Amino acid sequence: MSLPITLTVNGVPQRIVLDDPRVTLLDLLRERLDLTGTKKGCDRGQCGACTILVDGRRVNSCLALAISHDGAEITTIEGLARDGELHPVQAAFIAHDAFQCGFCTPGQIMSAVGLIAEGQAGTDPERVREGMSGNLCRCAAYRGITEAVIEAQETMGQAGRQEAA
Amino acid sequence: MNRFDYVRPASIAEAIAAAAEPGSAYLASGTNLLDLMKGNVVRPARLVDLNHLPGLDGIELLPDGGARIGARVRNADLAYHPEFSRRFPAVAEALLSGASAQLRNAATVGGNLLQRTCCAYFYDPASACNKRDPGAGCDARGGENRLHAVLGWSERCIATHPSDFCVPLAAFGAVVEIEGQFGRREVPLEEFHLLPGETPERESVLAPGELVVALRLPAEAAGFAAHARYVKLRERTSYAFAVVSAAAGLRLENGVIAEARLALGGVAAKPWRARAAEAALAGARPDAASFRRAAEAALAEAAPSGDNAFKIELARRVAARALLLAAAGTPERLPALPASAFAPVPGASLHG
Amino acid sequence: MAETASATHVRHGSSIGQPLTRRDGVLKVTGQARYAADNHPPGMLHAALAVSSIARGRVTALDIAAARAHPGVVEVMTPANRPPLALDPDAKTGPFVFRMEVLQDDRVRYAGQPIAVVIAETLEAATEGAALLAPRYAAEPVEAGLDAADVFVPEMVGPGAPAREGYGDVEAGLAAAARRVEAVYETPAQYHNAMEPHAVVAAWEGDRLTLDTPSQGLAWAQDRIAGLFGLPPENIHIRSPFLGGGFGSKGVISGPQVLGILAARLVGRPVKLVLRREQMYGPVGHRAPTRQRLRIGAGEDGGLTALDHQVRTATSRFDDFIEPAGSVSHTLYAAPAIAIGYDAVRLDTGTPLFMRAPGEASGSIALESAIDEMALACGMDPLEFRLRNYAEVEPISGKPFSSKALRDCYAQGAARFGWAGRPLQPRQMRDENGLLVGWGMGTATFPALMFHGQARAVLRRDGTGLAELGAQDMGQGAWTALAQLAADSMGLELDQLEFRAGDSRLPDAGIAGGSAHTATAGAALHNAGAEVIARLAELAMADRRSPLFGAGNAGVVARGGSLLRRDDESRGESYGEILARAGLEEIEGRGSGAMDPAVQEHYATHAHGAVFAEVKVDPELGQIRATRLVGAFAAGRIVNPRLVRSQYYGGMIWGVSFALHEQAVMDKRTGRVMNANLGEYHVPVNADVPSLEAILVDEVDPHVNPLGIKGVGEIGITGTAGAVANAVWHATGVRVRRFPIALEELALAGAE
Repeated sequence: MSLPITLTVNGVPQRIVLDDPRVTLLDLLRERLDLTGTKKGCDRGQCGACTILVDGRRVNSCLALAISHDGAEITTIEGLARDGELHPVQAAFIAHDAFQCGFCTPGQIMSAVGLIAEGQAGTDPERVREGMSGNLCRCAAYRGITEAVIEAQETMGQAGRQEAA
Repeated sequence: MNRFDYVRPASIAEAIAAAAEPGSAYLASGTNLLDLMKGNVVRPARLVDLNHLPGLDGIELLPDGGARIGARVRNADLAYHPEFSRRFPAVAEALLSGASAQLRNAATVGGNLLQRTCCAYFYDPASACNKRDPGAGCDARGGENRLHAVLGWSERCIATHPSDFCVPLAAFGAVVEIEGQFGRREVPLEEFHLLPGETPERESVLAPGELVVALRLPAEAAGFAAHARYVKLRERTSYAFAVVSAAAGLRLENGVIAEARLALGGVAAKPWRARAAEAALAGARPDAASFRRAAEAALAEAAPSGDNAFKIELARRVAARALLLAAAGTPERLPALPASAFAPVPGASLHG
Repeated sequence: MAETASATHVRHGSSIGQPLTRRDGVLKVTGQARYAADNHPPGMLHAALAVSSIARGRVTALDIAAARAHPGVVEVMTPANRPPLALDPDAKTGPFVFRMEVLQDDRVRYAGQPIAVVIAETLEAATEGAALLAPRYAAEPVEAGLDAADVFVPEMVGPGAPAREGYGDVEAGLAAAARRVEAVYETPAQYHNAMEPHAVVAAWEGDRLTLDTPSQGLAWAQDRIAGLFGLPPENIHIRSPFLGGGFGSKGVISGPQVLGILAARLVGRPVKLVLRREQMYGPVGHRAPTRQRLRIGAGEDGGLTALDHQVRTATSRFDDFIEPAGSVSHTLYAAPAIAIGYDAVRLDTGTPLFMRAPGEASGSIALESAIDEMALACGMDPLEFRLRNYAEVEPISGKPFSSKALRDCYAQGAARFGWAGRPLQPRQMRDENGLLVGWGMGTATFPALMFHGQARAVLRRDGTGLAELGAQDMGQGAWTALAQLAADSMGLELDQLEFRAGDSRLPDAGIAGGSAHTATAGAALHNAGAEVIARLAELAMADRRSPLFGAGNAGVVARGGSLLRRDDESRGESYGEILARAGLEEIEGRGSGAMDPAVQEHYATHAHGAVFAEVKVDPELGQIRATRLVGAFAAGRIVNPRLVRSQYYGGMIWGVSFALHEQAVMDKRTGRVMNANLGEYHVPVNADVPSLEAILVDEVDPHVNPLGIKGVGEIGITGTAGAVANAVWHATGVRVRRFPIALEELALAGAE
């Protein structure tokens, strides 16, 4: 079976011929496109390690069939840093030691970028914690994660204001 | 996951025709279906993809005060729609108390109605389950059933419906719009899900191929907007199914309850509209004693299906709490922890 | 006896103690850190496990034809065609060699045991192939639960403690006590659930094997695999630069990892095998359940008269690991009589394994709860009661502590938390929303251990250095903290140091476990650095052209890439200059690290801490949230405070999880874990822990090891779990002794 679809992955449009309709976005990225930054922790939508942005929204890529996402725009952890410069969320994760083993980190960061784009949490720590609760961290770096998300949001807000000015 | 045929219909009619074939399943976002397929709980031969169909993703705010929601609207989009959440705050609160932000960004309104039970024995192909395999038996009976049903269960099945969203929908009289091979029909949400009885494999009124196309909230539902809440008891602060939950709405006139709405979640195979409780509240004063009486009425028929007798009393308390919070008034903005026991209480303390 | 540590052992202090950010940070935040399952050698196939759905019996049939017929399936490995091993996988060749199920026969020992491996061109095909095997079984009755029939007294507990320990006359102490507490506490089976599932990418070339697989102990893993395949260890090359969490479950190589290697052998191509989450509830270890009976006596003055800690736990039917839950009672509180004992039952489960703070975690929640109950019985504040029974020497051994700043931990933690003025009686505090508020505390303790490790240090003519050893970073920060130690030992700025780890070809750094890795690997690096500097200094001091010539007695110091005369630091030269003149490209030193037996003989070595917890409980609904935690820990020298804090935070949240959240729910009819997933096996989410603080209490330990380092990775769970449980009691007045605390026990206490 060959099933052609078009995806824009980290800004680059790609024509992909799927060999199997069962392939999830997660397994497409990891096993076929060599984008292994996105992690598989549970494969059942219960841990958030596979979080990516689809058309700008954070979703669990393990519960998304690739074939059903024909035409979608995908952003993964590999597509976040621009010209070698870390995204503010990435930088804040390092500064606040918002990870230990690092395995959930790509999902945490993509989730944080999605959360900031949603604009619902603001810098209210309780809303950030709730909004980040779909990303399990067994090392339990939650305090750093919350601090990093808030700081990145503040940084991005300042940058946005400067750009506007 | 089994191999399947993938069908991408161009119209609703095409979708219905494809899905009427035996072994077919509709694919919306897939947050529940793919999970079930990965567990080999369901093995559909054909997936009919709804994601590229036009016309199922609108949120229409009707001039009469009601709303019509396309079946493919995402949970998060509905919950964060400012006007929708102003009119139906308990629905928004329930939506935001469910699953995780990622799942809410993907999961659809229609899919939420049709999500399957989270019963561990249903999810486990090696266990006997009358839902999965009619006549096989029910290993949840006598098993680990602390969180199973206390209302409307049968010897054949004691599973619960896991949705938060459906609880306020039941309370506020939502209507499901369905299209099938033989035309269009409407079913009140309260009648959409079926209790297990002798046929737990039949979970809704949908016939093969029938498609949920939209959901309507009637104008009168918006009449509860000033006093509508959802409360969800759970075992971690977020990202957990309800132990029990309740949606409540009150219409207060001159300090008494003109009309009340109450539904329970996590207690039965369907969202449980508590009409007897509603009747008991009509004309009553909005106080703790009235709410406790209503809660007793809501659970009057309850019986444990296993090691879950505690859920009956907790369901009463959650119902009373939801009513009490509703009486206190819908908050200006949904709390940071929606539907949580740890959300701040508007006005004064509830306890003590 | 070891030379005592002093400031001279920190050669320059330029890196040690600095809160540097992680050196692997950029790799981890950009998705470039390569974990085992991220590897994809050319020609690689995917393997999927089929696992048993019964807990005991035999596999009688597998539909191999159906699996093979699935498009993409290449091979099905069963006991019938599994390549031979040189060693019986059930042979016990050492205390940390566990029996494993690698398709040696058709027996099923526990639910979730691998019974076949399907190898395919794609992951989708392999996974479906495994489902199509549709196994049939001859099932046998299952033993589940701590009330199983055959109770035995284990020969050995945990890594080697006896099953009966103690001193004094406990019964007399209890009889003489003015107050007695007798209570039974139950803790559930728990699963490590590292975020990274166990994974292996195996590639054979003749009789040489390259493995990408997460390992907390590269040398152990290498030896185990070499033994199983009858190959020299050096033929096994394991790469494990990053572990996606371990917590003990990656301490020994597991059956599934060996099955991945066997699958690659069978098909003659590289194979990747990754456990599915539900498959992590069987063959890769767990924390065994316990039932602990504590009997404590105290006099009128609040002084303990006796402490009796009896543990019932479980191991598998076919192998032994006994959760050493009594070990905390060795150490924490002074009493004239202490008895610790164990018995165990054999269940049809996978063999338990060390899981973060093995023994200490389970035992701590029981002991700290019982101590709290006794404080109440004596009418004393829980902190005052603990101070009253402060152990000045280790109770079980009578040895002095190598250091013990626990009083400072109590004081600083209590001050920061605002403990003073806490009402003695429960159910006295409410928040502005009417939620019940409770405060509880617990003492934290974990032994300061060391294993054996080796390291190599190299100085190069270009002024840079290299330090290398097979250390493992599972998140604790080895890439950073060990590099800091190495840079200091070599007198280099950190950015001049190349640091290599996580590879079995490097010197054996010992296991990353027992909270001992920084001490062990750090000591090895320290000694390797000392040796290479000494060798360099010898070169310089013997060279008439060097400004260091003849510095012999005065000695030299190494700093910033130069050697300087200790008596006149204006005289010195760079490493590069010394090497260039000697015509050398580089010079190396080697070192090893291990616990000095003399230290063990004379001292008890432990880290300590005090944890204070606030919880809120909904009075009607029983829902609980740990709203504020303050931990104060003393663990000797702190190499990197930023990373250490993170370790404490993580441990403390594990403590919250122990008290309130996680448990495996087993259907006792079948011996199957019914919540073998991350949706229903609850680990804390971000919203569960709104406020967390860790205080690093100064502690100089002149004895424990030359660097004065104790471990920090596990202690955070201890103390915290009990503090949370005690806070729940203080909020509600309900003492729940079965963990995790169920909300209905609080909501409905007295109602039924």
